[in-house]
Amino acid sequence: MGRKILLDKAHIEGIRHYDVYRREGGYRSVEKALKTMSPDAVTEEVKKSGLRGRGGAGFPTGMKWGFLAKPEGVPRYLVVNADESEPGTFKDRYLMEFIPHLLIEGMITASYALGSNVSYIYIRGEYWWVKEILEVAVQEARNAGWLGKNILGSGFDCDIFVQPGAGAYICGEETALIESLEGKRGNPRIKPPFPAVKGLWGCPTVVNNVETIAAVVPIVNDGGDEYAKIGIGKSTGTKLISACGNLNKPGVYEIEMNISVEEFLYSDEYCGGIANGKRLKACIPGGSSVPILPANLLLKTAKGETRMMTYESLSDGGFATGSMMGSGGFIAMDEDQCVVKHTYTLARFYRHESCGQCSPCREGTGWMEKILLNIENGKGKMSDIDLLWDIQRKIEGNTICPLGDAAAWPVAAAIRHFRDEFEWHVTNPTDALKGNYGLANYAKPLEIAVAP
Amino acid sequence: MKFSDDKLKQVDEMISHYPEGKHKSALLPLLHFVQKENGGWLSSEAMDYTAELLKIAPIEVYEVATFYSMYNLQPVGKTIFEVCQTGPCMLRGSDGIVDYIYEKLGIKPGQTTADGLFTLKTVECLGACGYAPMMQLGPDYREHLTKEKIDALIAEGKTKAN
Repeated sequence: MGRKILLDKAHIEGIRHYDVYRREGGYRSVEKALKTMSPDAVTEEVKKSGLRGRGGAGFPTGMKWGFLAKPEGVPRYLVVNADESEPGTFKDRYLMEFIPHLLIEGMITASYALGSNVSYIYIRGEYWWVKEILEVAVQEARNAGWLGKNILGSGFDCDIFVQPGAGAYICGEETALIESLEGKRGNPRIKPPFPAVKGLWGCPTVVNNVETIAAVVPIVNDGGDEYAKIGIGKSTGTKLISACGNLNKPGVYEIEMNISVEEFLYSDEYCGGIANGKRLKACIPGGSSVPILPANLLLKTAKGETRMMTYESLSDGGFATGSMMGSGGFIAMDEDQCVVKHTYTLARFYRHESCGQCSPCREGTGWMEKILLNIENGKGKMSDIDLLWDIQRKIEGNTICPLGDAAAWPVAAAIRHFRDEFEWHVTNPTDALKGNYGLANYAKPLEIAVAP
Repeated sequence: MKFSDDKLKQVDEMISHYPEGKHKSALLPLLHFVQKENGGWLSSEAMDYTAELLKIAPIEVYEVATFYSMYNLQPVGKTIFEVCQTGPCMLRGSDGIVDYIYEKLGIKPGQTTADGLFTLKTVECLGACGYAPMMQLGPDYREHLTKEKIDALIAEGKTKAN
């Protein structure tokens, strides 16, 4: 059994509420930090832990905290990004729903380190019931003296508010999130200045993912060095993976970052293999934006090495033969699934979610959606495949925020690895309407583990 | 539209979450509140009233209300089925759910039944991919959808209306 340090207590009866959470050792990190550590010492532990941002970019958290500007007399803010909207990702919801105090505890400790006296949780509006769970948890923490003025006699004041979004994927991008929190459209800002210098209401701001902030709790309790012992290389600690698609056991799993993709996918401890005795065709291992991989490249790298559930191994081979850890949204597709149709749904998603500021993204996402729908419906031309490639190339890197890249990559990877399937749709339009290309027609036979 | 003193107190509570002078930040939560009070959608009048409550220009409300997908700018049915159709849900059969609702209620995505009871919307990823296919129903999610569950939800929607 893998070690769990975030979700180990998530299933204890009543853990959603303060009394049980506290009885199980909750809020120790706040006591330790406020009574025995300086704010900089907390940041130092986070740096030592090697913790990387769990929202998708994987940027070192301690370094991000270190960038926070601290001009005299200007408030600083911690904002937790609970906008979780990347298709395939539902891990933060799980954490907040079952063990909300872990997030509140992590926020108080992190707020102390950053000097934030008012911190916000920006949660997607669709998670309305989770927002209510968090509000109850915040109130319980306030009543118990963990929030408010002069917490534990330390002189540190902190309060937390929960802010709902209203349905916009783009608000997961940190500057769009800040705009939204200011009561505006979620249009990403041009960087620099980065939020660390000029964020919420023009003040220095750190925006961190829910899971990232939750990880601060075990890091402060056990020390950054202890945390860094888990995992391989620069992939330290545990990661929440939300597994979905055609799996026997979809769900949220906390893994130590030292297991293979094959173990995660096929062992009974995790996903339990592909549903209905089918074979794996392809997988998007880190949320819809990251490159899709055919089964053979998912389980082994192009060099023939076992692919591991780590940041480095998942991206081994770059975009040519690798993918990314991303947000940990693990989407598995069985042999009956159509890559063209799946890519079409993602293109539609990105068109729907483009904020419209940058023309390559605004126009390109809609154009790609239309072409993909044509191909899926048997009305595509061979030249459309090259046109798609051309459009995605012209979106990537040419937009204010990474949504442009996020929209381009799934299309690029689908064509890169499954071009034969796109061509089959063009040359066999009638068959494409009735059935799927499947596994059998691959140009290069795949070595695929057959589910037991 | 005009709020009672009790509701105005709730508005003040929302505004109290932000520093002095940053009350515009309450716009998103307030629009959710106004929408709920206004029968599930935001009329021009409701948006203008929101602007008045926050002492901001009406255009500042319109540009936000038109940006976010959870704000309805048209009247909606008493029960709204918002079926997720993004990749992971599609892999688990969301198309069949949309088709089945059409079969039972005769409404396509974006349409409302003639009796005003049901609206069908297709939406993009709601973060329930492991429990697909799924839909949003008011403030809650309904997951692992099947035809039987849709039948039950339709019956529930009819009972609620009576």
